[in-house]
Amino acid sequence: MQTRTTALPEAPRTGIEVDAVRLEDVSKTFAAQRRGAAPVAALEGISLRAAPGEIVAVVGPSGCGKTTLLELVCGLIEPSGGTVDAQPAALMAQRDLLLPWAEAVDNAALALRVGGIDRAQARSQAGALLEDFGLGGFLQARPHELSGGMRQRVAFARTLLAGRPILCLDEPFAALDALTRLQMQDWLAEALRADPRTVVLVTHDVEEAIVLADRVVVLSPRPGRVVATLEVEIARPRRRTDPEIVALRARALEELRA
Amino acid sequence: MRALLVLLVLLGGWEAYVGFGAIDELLLPAPSSIATALVEDRALLWSNFTVTAREIGLGIAAALVLGLAGAVAIHLFRPVRRALYPLLVSSQTIPIPVIAPLLVVWFGYDLTPKIVIVALVCFFPIVVPTLDALDRTDADLRKLMRSLGASRWQTFRLVEAPAALPGLVTGAKLSLAFAGIAAVLAEWAGSESGLGHLVLQALPQFETARAYAAVLILAAFSVALFGALSVAERRLLPWAHLPRGTTP
Repeated sequence: MQTRTTALPEAPRTGIEVDAVRLEDVSKTFAAQRRGAAPVAALEGISLRAAPGEIVAVVGPSGCGKTTLLELVCGLIEPSGGTVDAQPAALMAQRDLLLPWAEAVDNAALALRVGGIDRAQARSQAGALLEDFGLGGFLQARPHELSGGMRQRVAFARTLLAGRPILCLDEPFAALDALTRLQMQDWLAEALRADPRTVVLVTHDVEEAIVLADRVVVLSPRPGRVVATLEVEIARPRRRTDPEIVALRARALEELRA
Repeated sequence: MRALLVLLVLLGGWEAYVGFGAIDELLLPAPSSIATALVEDRALLWSNFTVTAREIGLGIAAALVLGLAGAVAIHLFRPVRRALYPLLVSSQTIPIPVIAPLLVVWFGYDLTPKIVIVALVCFFPIVVPTLDALDRTDADLRKLMRSLGASRWQTFRLVEAPAALPGLVTGAKLSLAFAGIAAVLAEWAGSESGLGHLVLQALPQFETARAYAAVLILAAFSVALFGALSVAERRLLPWAHLPRGTTP
């Protein structure tokens, strides 16, 4: 199935930019796994929008339907109610999902190969990006020869090379150790500054959300509802120790606990 | 190393058992007699070995081609799975000694019925692990391919087919174990040459040591093929042998 692309209406003449992602009153209920069990409501009444180039972070407790939200944006599943309008999106999962038999450069080139570009050209394009990502010495390495942070960078390169205007990042650094995670957050902020995209970032790390995003949407436990939306109007590059960030983080945690 | 030691002890015991006259040499020749037969009959053993080796080689090759095609067809096309898989399973319940003579009548005395029988026996152990590996491709990888807009064929070629290679190798290893037995059974059903044929001829001539030598060669051939395949697997599919937990 192709990622669903809904033709967005022309920009209204008021001069307001058209949203890259717009969810209106979206709900998603999964049918019961076993006979007799109740259906599972994953999301309820979610409204969310992202302007082109905007980074929107979605935080919430485990099992609040964050991954479901991304799969809706990517068109991998259909909503049970409400409307999802989104430009084509590429998904990056928490697991790096690199092909264990393929070299780093072939893994990064996967999206290009799927797009019909021949192997040699796809490899050279992917190789150039991996070099930008500081992986120039590891183009021929297989995933098991790379560290967790390197693997996530290869996976991110693959996601970027899908060439979609929207990136859906599903807890991209959750599997990394704390120190690597901090480094990767700074690295991602820099990579997105170099190649701006509309990003929907799902995470359970409130600090990560605030350091990276323009807006943080806080979800409730299942079924996920939007309980708060925090605008992060702090200049970049952001420092975690910045009092504004610390204050915002406290507020977000407050909302999460509520 | 330890296996070699065990083997030496066994051989020594065997030699002593026969040497003390506990059993007629016509029933159980001593290892030294078998070694002598290996040397003295080497021309005869070699010419028959090449026949059996060709039967095994071509039979396994045919089984690999058909097994791979079968596994892919069953994996990709749901109706084929329902129509073909039960038939495949039932084909394995046919006793080879029963159909081998029929195949000889059908295909003649030469190489063809042997290849058919070896392929028939080896087909199933190749299909099952290959199909299993294809079906077990990481569901998240399939989802990734879907999110990239990949076609069914691209998902198969770029993800499922490489992921199934270790399954195919496992199938080939299993089939090696059966191929020797199948070739001998096929030769017994009617042939003029081959190690199985040699055994059949040697026994009534009281050349027991020669029969044992033929069996030994067949076993050594299977072990050598198995070893070669294991080495090739580790060389070509190193990622399939990562310890658990290191695979992404």
